[in-house]
Amino acid sequence: MVRYLKYLTPLAVFLGMVWFLGKGLYLNPTDVPSPLVGKPAPVFSVADLRNPEVQFASEQMKGKVWVLNVWASWCRPCRDEHPLFVDLGRKNIVPIVGLNYKDQRGDALQWLRSLGDPYYASVYDGDGKVGMDYGVYGVPETYVIDQQGIIRYKHTGPVTAKSLEEKVVKLVKELQG
Amino acid sequence: MKRIFACLMLLSAMVISPLSQAKEATLMAADPVLEKRVMALAHELRCLVCQNQSLGDSHSEFAIDMRTEIRDQMRLGKSDDQVNEFMVERYGDFILFNPPMKSTTILLWYGAPILLVIAFGVLFLNLRSRQKNVKTMPLSDEERKRAEALLSDK
Repeated sequence: MVRYLKYLTPLAVFLGMVWFLGKGLYLNPTDVPSPLVGKPAPVFSVADLRNPEVQFASEQMKGKVWVLNVWASWCRPCRDEHPLFVDLGRKNIVPIVGLNYKDQRGDALQWLRSLGDPYYASVYDGDGKVGMDYGVYGVPETYVIDQQGIIRYKHTGPVTAKSLEEKVVKLVKELQG
Repeated sequence: MKRIFACLMLLSAMVISPLSQAKEATLMAADPVLEKRVMALAHELRCLVCQNQSLGDSHSEFAIDMRTEIRDQMRLGKSDDQVNEFMVERYGDFILFNPPMKSTTILLWYGAPILLVIAFGVLFLNLRSRQKNVKTMPLSDEERKRAEALLSDK
């Protein structure tokens, strides 16, 4: 047995390295952990997308579990995930606030008209200041925020039917109790 | 038609990207001290869209926006550390090319030296056990004579 140990140890070390490196291949490098999860969501007050003179304050959502979806009409993956949000909006489970990020109002409204509008409120972040406070670096991004205004979950990139159901909807239902 | 469209896209890209750089060049001329600080800090921060480039190297829209933000904050009199803190609060330690020493990064900082120490330890133990295995074999009288003969031959 001891004789074989000499040969088995390097083999075991090698297999361990293969396992680590192999696992690394399947990690998503764009999935950067957000420092904001578990912290209070940055407070914002910005103009409504449709009515620029109306202000929407994030504090209006206090006491509710809500979803913040950051999107833009120039963003191709947003188009892919949008039908899922239209579906979710129809189910009336949770209010979804759409943050239109670094976009033109006209383009954004046209986009909502043609693809459907699932949003409880649509707000306009033309210069991306709100996005910066939320650490947005690529649209779409989706946040789940609880009754106390704490960010509970962040999804970077387009959601899939599976991730929306298993992460977002599940968490929302848990939080709603 | 498709080809014309592609040409137009390429042409617009060629025109637009130097324009954005030109804008930063004029800023450089306007306030070289500030611009130097902005770029020095930007080189320490990761561009999250093009992850292996710094915010200083990248020409992506994200990097340009971030540089603008850094510049704006510095104009307001914030120190380098304050701007860094602002970025870390939003984007996490991942944005820093120079990760801070924390419980989660200890392995990153000390992993390689620890491996080196372990390797030296193994080498030391190996050499010692080898030394034990080498037995001193005294020469027989005949061998000693041969050796002497060979040496005195010279």
